[in-house]
Formats: sequence, structure tokens, C-alpha cells
Amino acid sequence: MTSPQPVLRLGALERGRRRAALAMLSPTLAGLVVFFVLPLLATILLSFTRYNLLSPPQWIGLRNYQYLFTQDPKVWTSAGNTLWFVVVLVPVRVLTAMGVAALLIRVRRGSGFWRTVFYLPALVPPVASVVAFVFLFTPGGGPVNTVLGALGLPQPLWFNDPQLAKPSLVLLGIWVMGDVMVIFLAALLDVPRELYEAAELDGAGPVAKTWYVTLPTIAPVIGFAAITGVIAALQYFTEAAVASTVASGKAGAGSSATDVLGYPDNALLTYAQWLYVRGFGSYQLGYASALAVLLFVVAAAAVTFTLRKVKAFSPEEAMS
Amino acid sequence: MRSVRRHRLALPAASVLVAALGLAGCSTSSGGSGTAASAAPTHLSGTVSLWHFFTDREADVVQQAVDSFEKANPDVTVDVHSGQDDEKLQKAISAGDNVDVGISYSTDIVGNFCSTGAFLDLTPYLTRDKVDLSQFSDTVRSYTEFKGTRCTMPLLQDVYGLYYNKALLSAAGYSAPPKTLSELEAMADKLTTFNADGSIATLGFNPLQGWYENASSHYGPAAGATWLKDDGTSAIGTDPAWAELIEWQNAYVQKIGYDKLKAFSAASGQEFSADNDFQTGRVAMNLDGEYRTAFIADQAPTLDYGTAPFPTADDHTDLYGGGYVTGNIAGIAKGSKNPELAWALLKYLTTDTDALVALSNGLKNAPTTTAALQSPNLQVSAQFKTFLDIAASPHAATTPASPLGSGYQTAFQDFWTGTQSAPLTDLASGLAGVDKDIDNQLSLVAGP
Repeated sequence: MTSPQPVLRLGALERGRRRAALAMLSPTLAGLVVFFVLPLLATILLSFTRYNLLSPPQWIGLRNYQYLFTQDPKVWTSAGNTLWFVVVLVPVRVLTAMGVAALLIRVRRGSGFWRTVFYLPALVPPVASVVAFVFLFTPGGGPVNTVLGALGLPQPLWFNDPQLAKPSLVLLGIWVMGDVMVIFLAALLDVPRELYEAAELDGAGPVAKTWYVTLPTIAPVIGFAAITGVIAALQYFTEAAVASTVASGKAGAGSSATDVLGYPDNALLTYAQWLYVRGFGSYQLGYASALAVLLFVVAAAAVTFTLRKVKAFSPEEAMS
Repeated sequence: MRSVRRHRLALPAASVLVAALGLAGCSTSSGGSGTAASAAPTHLSGTVSLWHFFTDREADVVQQAVDSFEKANPDVTVDVHSGQDDEKLQKAISAGDNVDVGISYSTDIVGNFCSTGAFLDLTPYLTRDKVDLSQFSDTVRSYTEFKGTRCTMPLLQDVYGLYYNKALLSAAGYSAPPKTLSELEAMADKLTTFNADGSIATLGFNPLQGWYENASSHYGPAAGATWLKDDGTSAIGTDPAWAELIEWQNAYVQKIGYDKLKAFSAASGQEFSADNDFQTGRVAMNLDGEYRTAFIADQAPTLDYGTAPFPTADDHTDLYGGGYVTGNIAGIAKGSKNPELAWALLKYLTTDTDALVALSNGLKNAPTTTAALQSPNLQVSAQFKTFLDIAASPHAATTPASPLGSGYQTAFQDFWTGTQSAPLTDLASGLAGVDKDIDNQLSLVAGP
């Protein structure tokens, strides 16, 4: 016959451990509640109100959502632009960063120099890099068009052309891809050599080694780059805003920042910018909250989708 | 077990909801009017905060005015917060920060700030101190109040007119600026030159909307166009003046070629730099504000130029002499710790002739009071004088205050900008769409 005493002691011990864990986690949990849960709940609540930041919110039910889905003239334009950045900018940046990293690990001499060269643009503050980039591509006497002209090639309007404004920002995104590249570089250097040797013994060529060894091994890094990229693209704001301001010729103008967002012809108007314009340019914080809720839902769905896709490409799945 | 777990979750969830509701509402309270004492204080003392958007050289000019106020009131300290734009001001007032007096660069906030009480109703102070509002023009008075609530005072005004390059006009055989849009177009045609490849070398006048100061609000007075009806809904689609302006502008753009104009404009220098197209002679005539005179004096002092009221639509020649007027406005923030002190500072900055003249001379904006406009100390060049005359014209016009802020102007501007690339097809239905868009926004903000 056994005494129940040890069981009780274990239970008490477990409870004590849990309390200790909770106590140690409490600062993080408090931060999570204060800086994530509360603002999220406040945003959801405000999305059902008419609110201008200065008067008490008035409950208006689903009116903001009705307006969002049926009456807002620019929400789908801005959503389309943002989707374009998600679908084009993110894959281009990830693939370019992965490609450059794959090349850099093969460089024998001066690898440190080349790694620095490719990483350096990522250190430039976003506003400065956009200003510099727009001036480089200025149609009137900018260095890029000057060279194109000297070569007898067409001289596009770049950031002033609604068709080329977004692709121009993709070029900028490639130039500053050092932050993603350095992560891929570390991941590629971390792939066990033994796996390549084993693959070679099995007769795998370069393509097969990349497909069956490299990509599955760095899948978590691809997933990280894709998810953070998608989230950043969904919130894309600064680069597009600065490009619009400089390209419109109104840099330094003493007017509201919301006046030139979207230039040219709303080609660079992103969802986050539209949210800001409605919230702080038109004093519609309740409606801006509805836009924010929709963005949150879409971002959560996009991240879930990306996670599933990346998981399907993980080493475990590849092995199965 | 389930119900217990539900209860365990319900309590924190309810707490969070309550806290969230609290957060949502904690920073707000209904605004109201200032509570003026029966008599103005005979002696002022204490600290008053002033939030304004000016930076660098312009902030120094404002600081000099503040210094003068402090000198006149030795026991008063003004805590100046420079570089605070409207969005920051709105957030600061909402958050209950220490804002006593706020200055905004835009009249667009008046509708929102007056209706929400973000700026206090100044009527009790104005009445008590017998401030004569007739010292301001009708236009200035109209853009500083909303639905009868005067919550702001005008500080300085921006006035828009036509700048023309005298040398280029003279070379083309012109000795006077155009007075109608047809004259403007004819002169501009003659002043426009092309490169060998057909691209534009220099422009007589750039008609593209969105370029520099080419905005619907600045064009409106040329045809006496109206924005809003008395009930606040859009009047754009039903006012033929807008259609007239759009049709003229679109035809002119198509005549030159949209792609050519777009390429020319893309190569323009930054508006507020020495590379400004008018200052470099790339454009011979340009719509701009009175502040351009200061930029030219600083960046292109040898430029031989003149100024005139902007031309009117051909069938509105009676409106010649007017133009678009807007301005900086200032008010007392709700929650001001010392409204009497705030009012004293506000009154000084907006009605004291010496202060206004000093601010105008330093910032090169037009003053707003009759006394300041007639002051012998006001530095008035021939070019600047034009803008004072426009401001005093009965045909000067402004954009009305609305709960939408500048939302109604943005909606229309987007439409107009979007029509430029091709000849007009169904303008009437497009303008009706603008009306619908604005009215939908209004119903969202102000309710049905």
C-alpha cells in the first residue's frame, strides 16, 4: 500500500513551479496585454464608432464597415497597391537576397569586402535612401537617365510614372536587401557539408543538391524572411510616402504630409497610408480603426497561409 | 470544469474590455466655450505654452514676437513648442498635453476643431475685450469660424496670384499679364518652346493639376466656384463653374499633350528650392502664393518678375482682382491650464499691429488686420502689394470649413487630377460621383 503523501508533494511542487514561471513571465505578459491586447481591443471597439480623437466615440454599429466595403473610393486602390508590394516586392527581395548570399558564400577572396558592400545600403535610414534613390532616377538630369540617354535608350519617368512608380520602389527594395541577405548568408553557411557529400554520393547534381539539401535546410529562414516581408509589405508606408513627396516636387512644403501621399495618380497609395489619411487627415479615427481591423485580419490570414506553405517545405515534410 | 474555465477567462477578458473602453474614452471630453472672467486681468503672470508648426528661420521670427510679448509682460513665460504640425497638435490636445495656444498652418482644421471643442469658443473673450472683428476681411472671418462658433483667430494669410517673368513676356511682345484664361492660354502658347525631339523646353504656363500650387482650391475663385451647400453637402457637381474650369484646363492640357507635360513636370526642380521652375525661367507664368516673393528675394534676387491677380474664366471677368486666400489660424486648446493667459497671448499675436507687422515682414505672409495692412512699417514691395490688394478684394475667396477637414477638397482634387490624361468624356457623371463621395464621407463623420 502506498501513501498518497508523495503525490500531494508533487502537486504542490508543480503548482509552485507554475507560480514561479508565471511570476517570471508576468512582465512579458503585462507588456503583451498593455501594448497588444488592449490596443487591439480598443481598435476593434472604435471600429464600431464615429470617433475623431477629440470628441467621445459614438456607437454606429457596422456603418464604418459598410462604408469600407461599399463606398470608400480609394480603399481598393490602396489595397491593390499593397497587394502588389506583397506579391512582387517580397518574393523579389527574398529571391535576390538568397541569390546574392549564395554567390557570396562562393567568393574566396575579399568576401568580407563584398559582404559589406551588399549589406551597407541596409544601414542607410529609409528616408535618406529613398531621397537618394529618387534623385538618382530623376527624369530631368538624374544620373540614371543621363546614362540611358547617352546610350540612346529611352529615359523613363520612373517615380513620376504611375506605371513605373511601384517597380522603381522594387529596385530600391533590392538595393537595400542587405538585412535579408545577411540572414540567408548565415543560414547557407550553416548547412552541414556532410549532407552535400552524401547527396553527391547518391549522384545528385547542383540542382538536386539545391532542391533536396539547401532549400529544405534553410526553409525556416525562408519562412522567416517571407513572413516578416509580408507583414512589412502590408504596412508599407515610409518609402512610398517619401518617394511621393520628393517625386512630386513638394519636399519641404509647409503643408500636411497627407497631401501628396499616393503620387503619382495614387500609384503609390498604400493601405497603411490610406488608413493614416482617413484617421489623421480627415479626422475619421473610427473609420481608420475599421481599416486597421481589416488589415489585422488580412495580415493574420497572410501569415497563416505563408506559414503553411513554408511548413510544407520544411525538412520534415521533405523527408516524408 | 468547462464553466469554471469560462469564468476564469471571463473575468480578465471583461477587465480588458472595460480597460479598453476606458482607454477609448479617457482622452475625450466634450469641448465648450471659454469661461472668461468678467474683466480682463490687470496683471499677467505665469507660464503659457504655445504650439506652432514653424521651424528654422520662420520659428525665429515667431520667437521674436513671443519675446516682445514676454517683454511687455515680464511675469509671463511662454513655453514654445515649434515644429508641431496639425496632426501632432490634434494628438497633443486629445491626450491632454499642456497646450494653451495652438497655431495651425491650415484652415482645414477649423471645422473639426470648432465643432469638437478642441479649440475653445472665443466669443466670451472677444465680447468682454470688445475686439472689433471688422478689422478682418469677410474672407478671413469666414475661414476662422464654423457654423457661428468662432474658435480661432487669423494670424497671417496666404494669398494666391499670378507670377510672370517680365523679361520673357517682353521678349514675346507682351507688356502686361493676362486677365482671362483665354489670354493666359494665348500668351502661354507663344511663350512655350520645344526641343528638336518635340519635348517641351520651356512652358508659358503649366496647366497640370497637382504640379506645384496648381490645385482646385487655388483655381476656384477664377470662376467663383463653390464647394459646399449650406447644409455642408457637396456643391461641386451642381456648380457649373467647376465644369467650366475643368473643361478649359483639360482642353489646354490635350492641346500641349499630356505626356509631354508629364515629362516636363517630372523634370521640374523642387518647388521650395532655388530650382523652382519659375525662378529658373523654365516656366514664364505661374500660380503661387505671396510667400514666393521671399523665396525669389533669397534664391533668385536678379529675377525680373511681376505679380498680378490670377486670370478669371472668360465669362467671369467681373471677378478679376480676387483670388484664393487662406491662412494660419490660432486658438486656445481645450484643457488650457490658464485660458486668460492663453487669450492674452492669442490676442497679442493676432491683433497687435506691431506684432503682426513684424511677423509679416519676417515670414513674408500677408497680415490680416486693417491696421497692420496699412502700417507704414509693413515692408511692401510692388510684387507683394499685389497680394495685399487681392486679399482686400471682395472677390477673394477661401475654402469653407467642414467636419471633413480637407477631405472634400482631396476627393475633388483626385477626380480632377485623374481626368487630365485624356479628353473629357462624361464630366457631369464624374462630378456627380464626387458629390456622392463627399456626401458619403460627411454622413460617416457627421451622421445622416
